[in-house]
Amino acid sequence: MERIPILKMGRVLLVTIQVDLQDQVALALQDDLSAQIEKTGANGVLIDISALEIVDSFVGRMLASISGIASVLDATTVVVGMQPAVAITLVELGLSLEGVRTALNVEKGMAMLAADDRNQID
Amino acid sequence: MLLMGERDIVMCRQMVRKLTQQVKFTLVDQTKMITAASELSRNTVVYGGGGQMRWEIVQNGIKTGLRLAFEDKGPGIPDIDLALTDGWTSGSGMGVGLSGSRRLVNDFDLRTVVGEGTCVTVTRWK
Repeated sequence: MERIPILKMGRVLLVTIQVDLQDQVALALQDDLSAQIEKTGANGVLIDISALEIVDSFVGRMLASISGIASVLDATTVVVGMQPAVAITLVELGLSLEGVRTALNVEKGMAMLAADDRNQID
Repeated sequence: MLLMGERDIVMCRQMVRKLTQQVKFTLVDQTKMITAASELSRNTVVYGGGGQMRWEIVQNGIKTGLRLAFEDKGPGIPDIDLALTDGWTSGSGMGVGLSGSRRLVNDFDLRTVVGEGTCVTVTRWK
């Protein structure tokens, strides 16, 4: 089974989803990210979905649960690059992605995580 | 096309993308139809134990549309109203698959017989 690569940039884990996701691949990403947060001590996760042509309830749930798991592991998740057509469809489908932070693009997402990092009291 | 496993859900999305492009749906309409197909084909595979999708390009006067039918010979749905309620799920999903995909299409038809199977037909007009 293919796996989505996870890159580490400073204290941020960066994931770019560029394939049409099979359900098992989405689930594997969730497990891999949780393991990597623990292993690297990352405090931010950035997921770029600009290449995704659809987000259905399965992928939506995966994004929400990654965000939840990361938050328990003391990391902030930002989902970036959602295409407007995908956003329209997602809302009509009835998914609000509650608790998932979003940004327009990778640059803004990284800035969001960097600001969080500075505000943290170590 | 046959819908027997997870891989077929991906194939189904790709097939529906091609069809929506063929009838020249706008990008938003394409996305809605593909998303509905993704939800319904997953239902066929996960809850119906596999089945098939049939497709048809339909005409109604000057309107062109795409009709998809998802059929399985699974356990059927005992309570249709409940199954179409937002947030209700018999499995591990989020409970938006059936109710949500109904909102993404123009026509939605659900036929089900307990013990015999389910057929969901959806149409979206251009």
